Amino acid sequence: MERRLIGKAASPGIAIGRVVSLRPVSGVPRAGAAPDLERSALRQAIEATKQNLRSMVARLAGDEAAILEFQIAMLEDPELALEAEQFVGEGQPADAAWLRSMDMEMARYRASYDVHFRGRVSDLADIRDGVLSHLRSTPEHDPIEPGQIVVAEDLAPSHFLRMDWTSGGGIALRAGSPASHVAMLARARSIPMVVGLGEAVEGLTGLTVLDGETGMVIGSPVEESLTQAQAQALRLSVGRREAEQRMREPAVTRDGKRLSILLNISSLRELTGLMPEDCDGIGLTRTEFLIESALLDEEAQFRAYAALVRWAAGRVVTIRTLDAGGDKPIPGYSPEGEANSFLGLRGIRLSLSRPDVFLVQLRAILRAAALGPTRILLPMVTLPEEVGEARSLVNIAAEQLARAGLAFVVPPIGIMIEVPAAAMAPEIFPVDFFSIGSNDLEQYACASARDALQLAGHAHNLHPGTLAMMAHVTHFARANKIDLGLCGDAAGNLAMLPTFLEMGIGSFSVAPGCVAELKAAIRNHRASDGTSIVA
Amino acid sequence: MPEARPSAELTNRVGLHARPSVKLTQIAKRFSARIEIATSLDGPWTDAKSPVKIMRIKAVRGEILHVKAFGADAASAVAAVVDLVQRNFDEE
Repeated sequence: MERRLIGKAASPGIAIGRVVSLRPVSGVPRAGAAPDLERSALRQAIEATKQNLRSMVARLAGDEAAILEFQIAMLEDPELALEAEQFVGEGQPADAAWLRSMDMEMARYRASYDVHFRGRVSDLADIRDGVLSHLRSTPEHDPIEPGQIVVAEDLAPSHFLRMDWTSGGGIALRAGSPASHVAMLARARSIPMVVGLGEAVEGLTGLTVLDGETGMVIGSPVEESLTQAQAQALRLSVGRREAEQRMREPAVTRDGKRLSILLNISSLRELTGLMPEDCDGIGLTRTEFLIESALLDEEAQFRAYAALVRWAAGRVVTIRTLDAGGDKPIPGYSPEGEANSFLGLRGIRLSLSRPDVFLVQLRAILRAAALGPTRILLPMVTLPEEVGEARSLVNIAAEQLARAGLAFVVPPIGIMIEVPAAAMAPEIFPVDFFSIGSNDLEQYACASARDALQLAGHAHNLHPGTLAMMAHVTHFARANKIDLGLCGDAAGNLAMLPTFLEMGIGSFSVAPGCVAELKAAIRNHRASDGTSIVA
Repeated sequence: MPEARPSAELTNRVGLHARPSVKLTQIAKRFSARIEIATSLDGPWTDAKSPVKIMRIKAVRGEILHVKAFGADAASAVAAVVDLVQRNFDEE
């Protein structure tokens, strides 16, 4: 009987293979001995686990080595075993004492509201189980055959790194998080992974299909599901190769429509390895990351913006003014302790409340605009007066630069469409272009915090209500010949591409890593029938 | 005994997290001074040479990290820790 489970997508791709279940380290509990003996058994087990990790680190590099180096550093710290040694002193066997103290340590991490810290729980479980296996003299883990789909409660990074993934394989976890170290490792090695599948994973046996794009896991698939998955897997592998080879070519649909593909960037480093020919320019520069430590340093900002304009070599560079506040606080700039900063002083509202800071940024942008095509993009705009005030400040910046004898150009000014009210009344804004920020538009339209949406997984599609707002502003822009693009995460969501093209969006700004596949999907799209070959 | 206690903002992407914590303790261990960090001047103060204790602070991006040190090389120890934080732990 075919069984379909839905979890959170954590690493894309299709895996087809036999299930192997990993059980937690069990082994026979120790009988216990005198506290001195148990204490020395614990120290030896910690030492042996460190040695194992050190020999693994020697074969690894980069992120993979760094994750294990963190575990080694934790094991080297006497503080880690302090509680366990106290429990041993109270007469507990070393294994029970270690388990109890590590479970307390993990509970501290689980209680954190920060997703990164919660993600470290699996590193601690890794440390716990490594030491436990030495205390109980059990083999550390079951052997894994290449190409198998690993099913477990959670998967430890060191465990992942010990396995042989050269012939592929997949990971299906009952718990886990897309923000965990092991998810990061899986993405880096292109191993499909789905997390948060719940208790149903325990019923998985035999041949299984795992889809890391949609978060679907199919146990004992029927012939038709299997054939579909095999075809999809083939398309993905051929598609990815082809897409990368043809990245430099323009994005033209099967019926000849030329679309613009631009880049979202937060730092100059993200342009490493990319050529300006790969794209049609930069559609979104997140200056709150690019220059957050140089808010009052016009020269540093000018250098950063000028570097982008020079890199783009005649293609347009869109610079969004500071979008601080909300989930992107800048200490000393965005307000502290505001009850609901997502709905408060952020984006353009914050910039207009701090003209001293805003003028520095505007002068730097105007100077960079003298070097090549540049656009100013204002975030979180709700009222036309905000655009008017920003324009006045742009004029003041221009006067200041003229007085100082510095070269400048006043670039086109556009706004982000991310406040629902703005999306429904685009005609009130006297602007040169619109850029739809689907992430914020979705969270404001659905009353769902951005990180809650992120936790729902990569396969998240926009709400029909959000799409209706996007369609409204897109139709207005087309009818009035105002340039419009989409720059939220949804721009890189290939499943939604046909919807966006049908809506009439002709410009997409995405993370550099999404360009090749987006262009490939556009090449396979035919507007007349509204379908894409690569869904 | 010499004592210095400046502070620095955590501006790196993930805060005082796994790898930043390891880097911080590696730097701290180069000095003989006792080095302590806290996210508030009122404490609690945490041993900067213990990754286990540092991870328990769960300091996130945007928090202020206060640093103090006691001992012969206290001033250079504090400067080295503050510099690491200001360099965003060489993360990006």
